[in-house]
Parts: sequence; structure tokens; C-alpha cells
Amino acid sequence: MFDILYQPWPWYVAGPIIGLTVPVLLLLGGKMFGVSANLRHACAACNFGNVEFFNYDWKKAGKWNITFLVGSVLGGFLGGFVFANPEPIALAQSTIADLQAMGIQDFNGLVPDDLFTWGALGTVPGLIVLILGGFLVGFGARYAGGCTSGHAISGLSDLQLASLIAVIGFFIGGLLMTWFIYPIILS
Amino acid sequence: MKFSEYLKYLLIGTAFGFVLMKSEVVSWFRIQEMFRFDAFHMYGIIGLAVVVGIISVQIIKRNNMKDAQGNPISIPPKDASQVKRYLIGGSMFGLGWALLGACPGPMFALLGSGLTIMVIPILAALAGTYTYGLLRDKLPH
Repeated sequence: MFDILYQPWPWYVAGPIIGLTVPVLLLLGGKMFGVSANLRHACAACNFGNVEFFNYDWKKAGKWNITFLVGSVLGGFLGGFVFANPEPIALAQSTIADLQAMGIQDFNGLVPDDLFTWGALGTVPGLIVLILGGFLVGFGARYAGGCTSGHAISGLSDLQLASLIAVIGFFIGGLLMTWFIYPIILS
Repeated sequence: MKFSEYLKYLLIGTAFGFVLMKSEVVSWFRIQEMFRFDAFHMYGIIGLAVVVGIISVQIIKRNNMKDAQGNPISIPPKDASQVKRYLIGGSMFGLGWALLGACPGPMFALLGSGLTIMVIPILAALAGTYTYGLLRDKLPH
């Protein structure tokens, strides 16, 4: 009976549940679903140097969302630790072959140990992935005014043209990185 | 905000983090697979999420529904004339999404799953957000 908690969920189960986050937050408190706003709230809470972009009442604007984010960490603990899937991901063979050719060796978990360990932080590819990757996610999300949740889910759900342009940007950057830049980083 | 309010958002966030894990959306491998067009998985998830989102937002808007506190639900429109901002900022986000294999939600869900190294990209993302705040006036929007 508990198998379903350990097994991976197919796209047609996960997709609708993620989509329901939008109306649930709207109906509960008129809130727009968007995770990256929390990074701005965290900067506003510290605001070293009194930057104008971070001068707002972050508690009033962001308490609900920070609580939601704490929940996401808890959900990650339940879904990825307590009920962790013991099997490797059923990835497409072509992806595995491509990644092996690029030097990735570990396919056991959700992320490769080749890049996502404290030891990998001492390697050039690990450093680029973890620090530059994180930096671009934070910078790009705020520049674009939202991330995958804010634009690709919330914004598109509200048929916002701006979000469609942002999502096209996500794919321009993602395809460039995957096809042209990543092979150089890992070589 | 009352305690019960916090509890509501905590529970929705927990469900969200749990689904991110179970659907493997948090996986660097799945993001690689998506940008290589090798599997339908991620497109199916995002596509169905958007379909469900569009239908529910339409229902909410057409019926002028109110939230649990009785306030009218209004969704602020985004200014689509700022094309540069969405295209350049979006592309930078995309570069980071593919490089790290995680967007903001998955970064935190992975941390919760016990992957402590995610502290580093989270701190880097905060530095990125702060840097945007510093440079905002000098960037094309």
C-alpha cells in the first residue's frame, strides 16, 4: 500500500497536482504561486547596503511564501529521504549515452555524484555547476521577474504574454547550455 | 497571519516539494533529458500543469470568485512590452537552470532530501538575486 509513496509518479499524475498549486494558493489567500520571490525576500531581510530593490516590507509580502518554501524543504525530506525511491531514474537511453560520453559516471540518484558532492566543489566543473549555475538562476529569475513556477506555471496559467516570452528565454538559455556550453565545461 | 494560515501554506508547500521529488522534476538528469528532447516526461508535467492552471484561473476569473478571507481575487498583469527583460533575463535563467539542473523550488526540495551541497547553489542564487538588485538600474528592461 505504501509502494506508491516510494515509487516515482508518472507525468500525468504529477503535472495536474503541480498545476493545482495555482488555484489553491489563489483561493486560499489570493496568492500568486512563485518560488523565486523568496530569494528576493531573503535579500530584503538582510539588505546590506540599503539597495532600493530590496526596500519593502518583506514580512508583509513574503511570510506566506517563505512558509510555503519551508514546506517544500519538508516535502523534499519526505519524498526524497523518508520515501526515497531506491531505484535509479528510468532515463532515456540516449541521454545516458550522451552523458556517459561527456564523462558522467554516476547514474544512481537524482543528481550525479560527479558534480553534486562537497568533494566536487573542489573540481572546476563542480565549481562552475554549483556556483555559476546557482548565481545565474538567482540573477536570471529576478531579471526576468520569475522562475519556472512564476512564469512557466503561474504566468502561462493566466495567459500572460510576458511569461511566454520569458519561457522562450528559458529554452534559449537551456538549449545553448545543454548542447554547446556543457560539453566544454565537462571536457 | 494566524497560526492556521501558516499551517495551510506549510502543508501546500510540503505537498509541492513531495510531488517535485516523486515526479523527479528535481533531477539534474531529467533536465538534461528535457533539453535534449529525449523524453516527454518533463513536457508532460509542465504541459498538464499549465492546462490545469489555465482552466482553474479561467473558472476563478469568470465567476469573480473570492479568496478564503472574502477578498476579490485579482492577478496583476505583467508588462509584456518589457521584451528585453523577459528575453535576456529568461535566457540567463535558462543557462543556470540547465547548468545546475534545478530551478528555485527543486533547489530547496533537494536540500530537504539530504543533499547538503545544495546550500552552495542556494547561497549563489541569493548572491545572484542581490547582484540583480544592485545592477537593476543599469540593465535593459
